[in-house]
Amino acid sequence: MILDSKIPDGPLAEKWDRHRFECKLVNPANKRKFDIIVVGAGLAGASASASLAELGYNVKTFCLQDSPRRGHSIAAQGGINAAKNYQNDGDSIFRLFYDTIKGGDFRAREANVYRLAQVSNNIIDQCVAQGVPFAREYGGQLANRSFGGAQVSRTFYARGQTGQQLLLGAYSALMRQVKKGKVEMLSRREMLDVVVIDGQARGIVTRNMLSGVIETHAAHAVVLATGGYGNVYFLSTNAMGSNVTAAWRAYKRGAYFANPCFVQIHPTCIPVHGTYQSKLTLMSESLRNDGRVWVPKNPGDTRPPTEIPENERDYYLENKYPSFGNLVPRDVASRNAKEQCDQGKGVGSTGLAVYLDFSEAISRDGSGVITRKYGNLFHMYEKITAANPMHEPMMIFPAVHYTMGGLWVDYNLMSTIPGLFVLGEANFSDHGANRLGASALMQGLADGYFVIPYTIGNYLATISSSPQDTSHQAFKQVADEAAAKIGQLLAINGKKTVDEIHRELGLLMWDSCGMSRNEAGLQQALARLPAIREEFWQNVAIPGSGQELNQSLERAGRVADFLEFAELMVIDALSRKESCGCHFREESQTEENEAKRDDANHAHVSVWEYTGDGNSPEFHKEPLAFENVQPSQRSYK
Amino acid sequence: MSDIQLTLKIWRQEGPDAPGRFQSYASGPISTDMSFLEMLDVLNERLTGEGAEPVAFDHDCREGICGMCGAVVNGHSHGPEKETTLCQLHMRHFNDGDTLVIEPFRARAFRIEKDLVVDRSGLDKMITAGGFVSVNTGGAPDANAIPIPQKNAEEAMDAAACIGCGACVAACPNASAMLFVAAKVSHLSLLPQGHPERARRALDMVSEMDELGFGNCSNERECEAACPKGISIRNIARLNREFLKAAIFSDED
Repeated sequence: MILDSKIPDGPLAEKWDRHRFECKLVNPANKRKFDIIVVGAGLAGASASASLAELGYNVKTFCLQDSPRRGHSIAAQGGINAAKNYQNDGDSIFRLFYDTIKGGDFRAREANVYRLAQVSNNIIDQCVAQGVPFAREYGGQLANRSFGGAQVSRTFYARGQTGQQLLLGAYSALMRQVKKGKVEMLSRREMLDVVVIDGQARGIVTRNMLSGVIETHAAHAVVLATGGYGNVYFLSTNAMGSNVTAAWRAYKRGAYFANPCFVQIHPTCIPVHGTYQSKLTLMSESLRNDGRVWVPKNPGDTRPPTEIPENERDYYLENKYPSFGNLVPRDVASRNAKEQCDQGKGVGSTGLAVYLDFSEAISRDGSGVITRKYGNLFHMYEKITAANPMHEPMMIFPAVHYTMGGLWVDYNLMSTIPGLFVLGEANFSDHGANRLGASALMQGLADGYFVIPYTIGNYLATISSSPQDTSHQAFKQVADEAAAKIGQLLAINGKKTVDEIHRELGLLMWDSCGMSRNEAGLQQALARLPAIREEFWQNVAIPGSGQELNQSLERAGRVADFLEFAELMVIDALSRKESCGCHFREESQTEENEAKRDDANHAHVSVWEYTGDGNSPEFHKEPLAFENVQPSQRSYK
Repeated sequence: MSDIQLTLKIWRQEGPDAPGRFQSYASGPISTDMSFLEMLDVLNERLTGEGAEPVAFDHDCREGICGMCGAVVNGHSHGPEKETTLCQLHMRHFNDGDTLVIEPFRARAFRIEKDLVVDRSGLDKMITAGGFVSVNTGGAPDANAIPIPQKNAEEAMDAAACIGCGACVAACPNASAMLFVAAKVSHLSLLPQGHPERARRALDMVSEMDELGFGNCSNERECEAACPKGISIRNIARLNREFLKAAIFSDED
């Protein structure tokens, strides 16, 4: 199959308008005849469900949690970008487009990113109309703040809970459609597989997580909004339930996977402090505006930070990057923290942490100012670590945060399976090799509110509107396969818990396919992964049965898919021999140890096709053309 | 960092219709740096290793914002720390030798599904009844078209911070959802976008609350004390005003 990204012709700024005009329409009377399945109820899933139902389609929405108000979008703290230029500081759609594509190290599609910047303004309007209580200035106008990777103030926020407020807005729109009978909401359902009939996505198989019943659902189109796969590393800032299963099952049914090795590792998280640790907590990037990052100059210095004199501290970001200092992008800050710790200069009980010190800012601005700016974050930090950053430096370390890779989609957000659409973090389309802060919320809502409502009609208009049901034998077959896999898992009766094996996988991926990667390490991981998978299928212990709420079984199913998916990540990381954004190949660095892109050989999206278990996936290339921006080597010196 | 040993008395119940009971477990050594849910993870890993059924409990973000987790610990929703969800409660707040009684959020409207997992779909149903602004996607006016005084936006945000965990219901002797409903009604009635539907919203949400079997408010203030987000009962006063105004003066029926 030849990948066709279906980018409309014409000048960049006119592509989306032109495409909306050229999209086929479904007339209002016919919309009622189409059923759409939406999997996931985070920002992308909830906004898509509500918007599609408003148009008249019949929507069935599924989520893992007990309520659609809990998708992990809710945990986003900082804000959402939009090119409103309310501050009159020189922002524009083109500047937001440019910052996003540069921040992604020139590994995203121009047309997609431009569209994202265009609809960003509509998102803010929509959310305000829903009653999202964004922060405001005294005069009643919306407030903005600045964020990493931008020189303008374009980030809208609701305290440190922007994701929560945006999600609750989308959730309220969704529940309004539930009341109208246009959305059927199915909570505590886990999608186990997608059903493809005659090459088209026609439905899904789910497990009712309370009763264990395997259910089949038919529709004219399926929309996946199932989030990212950061939990392949076991420890990440993702919610415990975040997983790759829906995307991975779609991949095995024919949807191609793009750039799986692109994983964002966020520099300011609370360090790991014990083997029992279940997840990592992010501290907002905004802290780097006033905090200074440092480590002791001498490796192995175990004195408390307050006893280390100024001349024995290494403010390594300020020294190495005098013009950006502590505000270098996320990938650069993360890599440098790792480098310091690798040299033995890490701090804390594990040696895997660096200091983020506010003492200078406190003596400059006074404790009142700093408390107003960061009080809630300091409070959160203290709750977890019992240390107060007003009195001693914070300890931070990078953690897995977001996955730029995902299922490949064309400009319509349709995967390589006709009728299967992918939105939000689950697709690969907009962030290239590195996502800028405050852009994830923007993309999730852009896809759900303002892209899919147009592009799905373009597909539905080409297929029959005759009613869909689950009588086709493919539904039974896929459901039987899902049930058989559950039976197989429960029959293992081994000795190791799911978490033990998941931890082992996570550690391997973190060491070999984490902040920096090299050929030898990746090859070792590739050799080691089958053994861990084997151990899992021979020796995992899952108590209880399949006909009840069984959280061990749920986790086991997800880890089984992570174990397969990890291999694709490593293969992808091996094949991309350049460094770009988050993907740092040690073999490809400048003399100053910065990431060195190779545009001649790697200015493309790496797209992988499943060819059967045990076979190597087939590699496809979507070349990236830059007609409106000139790719440049990023420099932050 | 140090280790403590606890006795855990945990509510075990196989399903909605099965009888439940407290079961005692020795915690084994628990690091005081652990979160409460990590302590339960450690117990569950051990139970799994012994071939026993682990304790089922709801959780997801473990950052105190998704509202999925929650249990009653020694009589307190989300445990003894003020304004803290169970996932953000850390074991350093307990002492060596303590006994912890851990049970699900109990309310007539919250069916127990298994162990500590309860059905809180009633909260969604009350939002479905009217906790929204009726605006379709597309065509919204410019976001700055209607200025909103900063004070109102901040008050609306105070109410909108509700995470929908249900701790207020479990803490209330009447198992009332007044604080939950009040938070949503307040949030939307404080903003101009919510005004056109404010009477209908107050009437519909309160009537749905009654129908679902949540109790009434008798000013015990337990909800406010239990709320992990510090939602004030002033919101209940505002709900009462909105409800009365709607019932007496509006054309809605």
